[in-house]
Amino acid sequence: MTVDSTDIERRQFLTGTAAVLGGLGAGVAAIPFVSTFQPSERAKAIGAPVEANIDQIEPGQRVTYKWRGKPVWIIRRTEEQLAALEQMRDILADPDSTSSVQPEFAENSWRSLNQEYLVLVGICTHLGCSPSFRPLAGDVVMGADSVGGFYCPCHGSKFDLSGRVYAGVPAPTNMDVPPYKFLNESRILIGELAEGEGA
Amino acid sequence: MSKVVKNLTGLRDWVDARFPLMQLWNEHVGQYYAPKNFNFWYYFGVLSLVVLVIQIVTGIWLVMNYKPDAEFAFASVEYIMRDVDWGWLIRYMHSTGASFFFIVIYLHMFRGIMYGSYRKPRELIWVLGMCLYLALMAEAFFGYLLPWGQMSYWGAQVIISLFGAIPVVGETLSLWIRGDYVVSDITLNRFFAFHVIALPFAIAGLVLLHILALHHVGSNNPDGIDIKANKDPAGKPLDGIPFHPYYTIKDAPAIVGLLILMSIVIFFAPEMGGYFLEHNNFVPADPLKTPEHIAPVWYFTPFYSILRANTINFFMVPAKLWGVIFMGLGTMAFFLLPWLDRGKVRSIRYRGWIYKTALSIFVVSFLILGYLGLLPPTPGRTAVAQVCTILYFLFFLLMPFYTKWDKTKPVPERVT
Repeated sequence: MTVDSTDIERRQFLTGTAAVLGGLGAGVAAIPFVSTFQPSERAKAIGAPVEANIDQIEPGQRVTYKWRGKPVWIIRRTEEQLAALEQMRDILADPDSTSSVQPEFAENSWRSLNQEYLVLVGICTHLGCSPSFRPLAGDVVMGADSVGGFYCPCHGSKFDLSGRVYAGVPAPTNMDVPPYKFLNESRILIGELAEGEGA
Repeated sequence: MSKVVKNLTGLRDWVDARFPLMQLWNEHVGQYYAPKNFNFWYYFGVLSLVVLVIQIVTGIWLVMNYKPDAEFAFASVEYIMRDVDWGWLIRYMHSTGASFFFIVIYLHMFRGIMYGSYRKPRELIWVLGMCLYLALMAEAFFGYLLPWGQMSYWGAQVIISLFGAIPVVGETLSLWIRGDYVVSDITLNRFFAFHVIALPFAIAGLVLLHILALHHVGSNNPDGIDIKANKDPAGKPLDGIPFHPYYTIKDAPAIVGLLILMSIVIFFAPEMGGYFLEHNNFVPADPLKTPEHIAPVWYFTPFYSILRANTINFFMVPAKLWGVIFMGLGTMAFFLLPWLDRGKVRSIRYRGWIYKTALSIFVVSFLILGYLGLLPPTPGRTAVAQVCTILYFLFFLLMPFYTKWDKTKPVPERVT
């Protein structure tokens, strides 16, 4: 062995460690680039609760508010519509709302604080389209025996008038109920729960 | 020799002494021997290159007047259409070019499948081409958000939500892609960056690799036989002809033909009845209201149909996730063709009836899925889409078997 000969093992070790350390460095350098994709502080700040008036809503009517950039619906249901909710069980995927995003008070067939007023995030749980409101019984797209509900035009998911998803449609869960509370009899605050109310 | 020619030749030689100009020209054009039996189907490679150039040039000009801002984006597109001199033409060239890009790419891919151009030793050309196809789909998707119309908005909403179906990390991932809780100005801005910088670079690079790989192994041909097996004493393939001037001349009328077809669309039917530019996209984006009927642009509809056809939960996996999985597999399956095909011959000309039947069923299913993807879903249409989805995947799944069992015809020594 002469002084000039190549120590292959040493060379491979050095190449290996240099590659690993260089790779680590590149990985760490990627963090700021990846992080710029997160919602910015400004985007996070635009999430304040929204106040909504409910005393002008007629029975059977829907009004839409914008909360966190998403449509939030308030629907005043008629007595017939409320009565029909119980009969829907057989065609629903999750009639008791056990796996949907909602405050605790919505784990029932009417899914609201005041049975009459349904508050829903108007976004289909499949791929985020906003379903259309089909309140009439026997609606063409909802089916002749339906008592009305919501129909998503994108992929054909159907929901009843409590936002509960039908079985056999692409949407996996019931529509989300946002946190909200009654400020008084005619006003609600969307985005905040009353004290003592579980999420 | 005139003085001008002499000076030009001198300039060429000056450059050639400092840069491998003639070597590049000869390797890729002047001395690139392509099989002499190329037919109609071999136009679409060069045509996709022409459309790429059109898209890049018109794109640069559109960016000069477009504003990637949710406040101004829709209005700036209308400004281009109404107030910028010839702006409408540049914009229609770009929107029509997008659809034509997919037309020529789909025909180019079909050519590859038909003549077995993905088989050894061309697997890598095929894989690079599939990467190009994916990059092109991403490019089209990002670009479609930019006009900030209703279809732009809700299309992006649906596709980004697809990532939300991935278990555990899905919701975080969609949030990360959007950069906001809903599709917003932030999303528009980053999609603009991808559409005009990142993906064009990626596509240009992939095109270069695709062509380099092709010129390294040589082109396939409608007979699917190796022209390098028969060479003259000088080492030139007997069945090959130099790309220039033979194929440059042959391709020229095809390019003119393409430009004529594009012009007809641009001047007489720029919206193509709502298939190239969807009607709902002339309404500004409204985050509170989804249009009554939304469908992607035609070139995505086969995969959209596959997504929509998944309405059944099975194996503990929700239908929503199956939809995303099958849509993903539906695009990725093409990557595996070189390894799924066990046939003894490359070209459809020498395959038996089993392969021909399988390919026909596949093409018909693909077209039906594409057609159904344009229509609103009904129970009947969903059932048809489910059948076609199964047939679509069977083409790939059963390929190792039917290509092996198929009775092939003898392949000729020389091209026919």
